[in-house]
Amino acid sequence: MRREGSAFQGLGVVVLKELSDHLTSVRMRVLEWLVVLIALAALYGAIQQIKDTTAEDPFLFLRLFTTSRQPLPAFVSFISFLVPLMAIGLGFDAVNGEHNRRTLSRILAQPIYRDALLFGKFLAGLVTLAISLVALWLLVIGLGLLLIGIPPGAEEIGRSFLFLLVTIIYAGVWLALALLFSVLFRSAATAALITLGLWLVITFIWPVLAGAIAQIIAPPDPRYIALGLPTPATVTTEQILERFSPSTLFGEVVVALLDPTTRSLGPIYLTQLQGAVLGAPLPLGESILIAWPQIVGMIATAILLFVIGYVIFQRQEVRA
Amino acid sequence: MSGEIVIEADGLTKTYGRAAAVDHISFTVGRGEIFGLLGPNGAGKTTTILMLLGLTDISDGKVRVLGFDPARQPLSVKRRVGYLPDTVGFYDQLSAADNLRYTARLIGFKAADREKRIADALDQVGLADFADKPVGTFSRGMRQRLGLAEILMKGAQIAILDEPTSGLDPQATAELLQIIRGFKSEGVSVLLSSHLLDRVQSVCDRVALFSAGRIALMGSVAELGRQVLGGGYVVDIEADGAGLAERLALIPGVSGVEKTGVGKVRLHADRDVRPEAATEVVAMQGRLKYLGVQEPSLDAIYTRFFETQPNGATTRREGVRHAA
Repeated sequence: MRREGSAFQGLGVVVLKELSDHLTSVRMRVLEWLVVLIALAALYGAIQQIKDTTAEDPFLFLRLFTTSRQPLPAFVSFISFLVPLMAIGLGFDAVNGEHNRRTLSRILAQPIYRDALLFGKFLAGLVTLAISLVALWLLVIGLGLLLIGIPPGAEEIGRSFLFLLVTIIYAGVWLALALLFSVLFRSAATAALITLGLWLVITFIWPVLAGAIAQIIAPPDPRYIALGLPTPATVTTEQILERFSPSTLFGEVVVALLDPTTRSLGPIYLTQLQGAVLGAPLPLGESILIAWPQIVGMIATAILLFVIGYVIFQRQEVRA
Repeated sequence: MSGEIVIEADGLTKTYGRAAAVDHISFTVGRGEIFGLLGPNGAGKTTTILMLLGLTDISDGKVRVLGFDPARQPLSVKRRVGYLPDTVGFYDQLSAADNLRYTARLIGFKAADREKRIADALDQVGLADFADKPVGTFSRGMRQRLGLAEILMKGAQIAILDEPTSGLDPQATAELLQIIRGFKSEGVSVLLSSHLLDRVQSVCDRVALFSAGRIALMGSVAELGRQVLGGGYVVDIEADGAGLAERLALIPGVSGVEKTGVGKVRLHADRDVRPEAATEVVAMQGRLKYLGVQEPSLDAIYTRFFETQPNGATTRREGVRHAA
């Protein structure tokens, strides 16, 4: 028993409407200025540091993103911190807002499916975030050119562009989470608080907790302790647990993409390093391969969160 | 009513868990008819409406809207049916016209067609001067009218209105009912739900009284009056003349006479006895000041009906008054 017509009927209309709402909203403007100002601060710190220290670096341009100067963190740290905030800010009242304004039943009485409304809201949020992030990326590259005075190589552009794409995917994960909670909770304030709370737990508390849980699951071997070395089993378990957090995944991808000398994102045995030229950069393809599982993991998380929200939304009553 | 049926519900049922919100209801609405769903809050009116629109699943029974099944062909139904939800909402920061533009795009009207439809619809509900004002500044009555404009713009064959007059002042209510009558004259069928009985009585061709998920009574207001109030006519007379009441009691068909004041008499009869009563007054050379028959009021029908229903009808009726 198929239902008639396409699930995406009206999708474009919803995306355009939501996009124009986002781009003209005060909320978005505040978030954009916040991001731009903080990014500029980080960039300024990075450029000062680069001017002071680095004489010869084949990937000088990528240092723009990763170098930090006390007390400011690096650009990527700021991004990994702010992108979830932006995504949550755009998504936390997506569906419950329609409920509370009592527009939901009126819109759903038009010849569209709920699919189009929810997916349209997700796409519009993602496009909004993408626009801001692309602008930010161009800003960094442009300022880098002006202030360092060395043009970036093709590989540096490629790597930083992939970093941009991954950041958009990372934003998609948080947007899907915010959308899910906006479906679950009728009150926008509740949804915002719970999403932000979850973000705090996932980003800051979970890494600490993962270490503790790993000690319980795989207790450290006394022989390794005697040698002053971490137990491989404990380290592996801790890493597996940490990778449940999209923040960890994002961090690992960023390291692999922006630091070409990264050869592995997990623990390595000395035997595996035999014949390796330490500190030699990997080709771009190899770096992508290293980060691939993390990238796929983030995409899968975003899809999973969206699907859960979708299923709940389909079964929800539209009446106020 | 041309006899063509646009909405047909047969044994329509909606259950939440084990509780039935709507319990095997059946009704039909004809083309150009104004059909009222009346009943206390929580009697199942809105749920019925949502099932007709395919916005909530149907647990059991069959329903056809313009020949389409709302559960399987919701897009076809929603393209032809306009819906004004209970306390309709709009995007406050957008203008009235922009709100309608969004809906028009969702429906899929072409750009050229769109502007003309929007302008015509806003004009018909008297909001043409407010087309570019943000809806955030609108009063409740204006929002309801904008909701009706949306239905007009859609060119809907059926307008489904959920509590269209609740919370409106008398002036706004009168304007709204006028627009609803306008729907009928254009051949649009109207299904409206309400708990404001006297208002609804003036526009509805037929009504269905809801009670705890079932249709308790259905028919025109006059039919329901005969059914519930015992088919009696009440005639009020104000006239001079000694012994008037006694003479009026002798008119065939009069079952009771009641003095309601000085020179005022109320007759209970099984038919309209106004001609005979007038003749009597004139025959005894009394001066006739007033002669009128009471139309059966929906309020009276409703009150009487729920009085005779045993299970908790009193509390329900109070609930209605409170909400009204």
